[in-house]
Amino acid sequence: MAEGAGGLSLEVKDLVTSYGAITALNGVSLSVPAGSITAVLGANGAGKSSLLRSLSGLVRPRSGSVLLDGKEIAGRAPEDVVQLGMSHVPEGRGVIAELTVDDNLRLGGLWRKDKADRSAALEEAYALFPPLDQRRKRLAMTLSGGERQMLALGRALVARPRVLLLDEPSLGLAPRITAQIMGLVRRLCDETGLTVLLVEQNARSALSVADHGVVLNLGSVVASDDPAKLAADDNLRHAYLGF
Amino acid sequence: MARFLSVTLGGLSGGMIYAAVALSLVLIWRATRVLNFAQGAMAMFTAYLAYKVLEHGGSYWVALLVALASGLVLGAFVERVLVRPVENGPPLNAVVVTLGVFIVVEGLAGMFFGGTPHRYPTHFSNVNYRVGDVSALAPFDIWVIVSVLVVAVLLGLLFRYTDVGLRMRAAAFEGEVARMLGVRVGRMLTLGWALAAVIGALAAVLVSPNVPLSPTSMDEVFVFGFTGAVIGGLDSPVGAILGGVGLGVLLNYVAAYAGSDLQTLSALAVLVLVLMIKPSGLFSTTATRRV
Repeated sequence: MAEGAGGLSLEVKDLVTSYGAITALNGVSLSVPAGSITAVLGANGAGKSSLLRSLSGLVRPRSGSVLLDGKEIAGRAPEDVVQLGMSHVPEGRGVIAELTVDDNLRLGGLWRKDKADRSAALEEAYALFPPLDQRRKRLAMTLSGGERQMLALGRALVARPRVLLLDEPSLGLAPRITAQIMGLVRRLCDETGLTVLLVEQNARSALSVADHGVVLNLGSVVASDDPAKLAADDNLRHAYLGF
Repeated sequence: MARFLSVTLGGLSGGMIYAAVALSLVLIWRATRVLNFAQGAMAMFTAYLAYKVLEHGGSYWVALLVALASGLVLGAFVERVLVRPVENGPPLNAVVVTLGVFIVVEGLAGMFFGGTPHRYPTHFSNVNYRVGDVSALAPFDIWVIVSVLVVAVLLGLLFRYTDVGLRMRAAAFEGEVARMLGVRVGRMLTLGWALAAVIGALAAVLVSPNVPLSPTSMDEVFVFGFTGAVIGGLDSPVGAILGGVGLGVLLNYVAAYAGSDLQTLSALAVLVLVLMIKPSGLFSTTATRRV
């Protein structure tokens, strides 16, 4: 974990977030090298979603620093954060059920000025997710869970983010679909240099694609290591990862 | 039969005005989940500004434009400055604020323009066309119906086919998600209120030849528009228009066959009936979301 200047896409230092009197993040630090996947693991209530929500601006952190490609973004509004190059796919996916698949996808890139590249990104997303291509005019509420996850992921990608925050993409999905999604995320990193912070309760599947793993407990980092080492640590597995 | 047809057609133009008010309420409701009780009063104020333009020799069209433009500004101002601070609080707070705006705007209108009712000129003839025994729909009524329909269609096109419309829909359905996708949700809500106030202004200019302009002249129109919106379902723009038109025709039947004193009462009866049978309104589809 060298503090290299150019290599880090996302650098979080001493991030503290609280909801009223309840502390959700108690000084979290982590760094994600460009083009890699870091998995954030931990039980329910460990602060995983709070971490992502603090990074993307949905929650204003109390203190600490968030550097996106070296630029301080802590406390910025979510609509600014996405325009600075970091997209957040929320837990439960946040697909807008009343809109069509096409409207949902287009929405992801609407803020971008380059209209030609906007539609290019849209077609790339359709190419990446053929089931969406076949359902362009259908309302998002008619999609299956896996298709919704594809839609949320595709919608984030249409913004051409450098950093992607993924919150529980496996939630409620069949193992086969989960593996498919994880494989796709891995491929995007390898092929396009996308940087991913992946929050998962499903530790096994997250560790299988990640380059680095971080374990959160009660708002603090309790372990940060190579995925293979985390998976091999029996104490850690039993105490926090549940497998 | 001829009388029935005349009465039915006669209800259309009034109904279109209720439809416009209903549509404006639905726009605001969809965007911010606030029922704007000041909608009628704000519209009345813009009609007064238009009336001042007419008094100073401006044409009907310039006056109309002034009403619409001042509606745009007034709607944006009320949302951004007065409603925004309470938008995320308990719903009752916003209700109290809009009631406050209602009282203040009517008070200001009384101070600036006095309480004497003014008859707003029509520009179009008010003489009904006659076909056989059927007499209805003066050129002015046609103007009312066409102008509201045009505005409704333009609005529909805006929402369905433009990027701004998509942003507004996203902001209305899922504000937080929209923000994560880079939509400036606050601006979209302001725009929604502004557009709604424009429609309100149109309704006020259209109704004022028949309901002489005074600080309280839009109160009853607002109540009927609100009733139309609730009948159609507060979530449904199409429902709002059908609800408003339906109510207008119904109230014309009541006036023609039972007496005009019973109009308000029968509007209330319809409202209660609809709320009992289908509380979400006849055309609402999104009553049970949130999975």
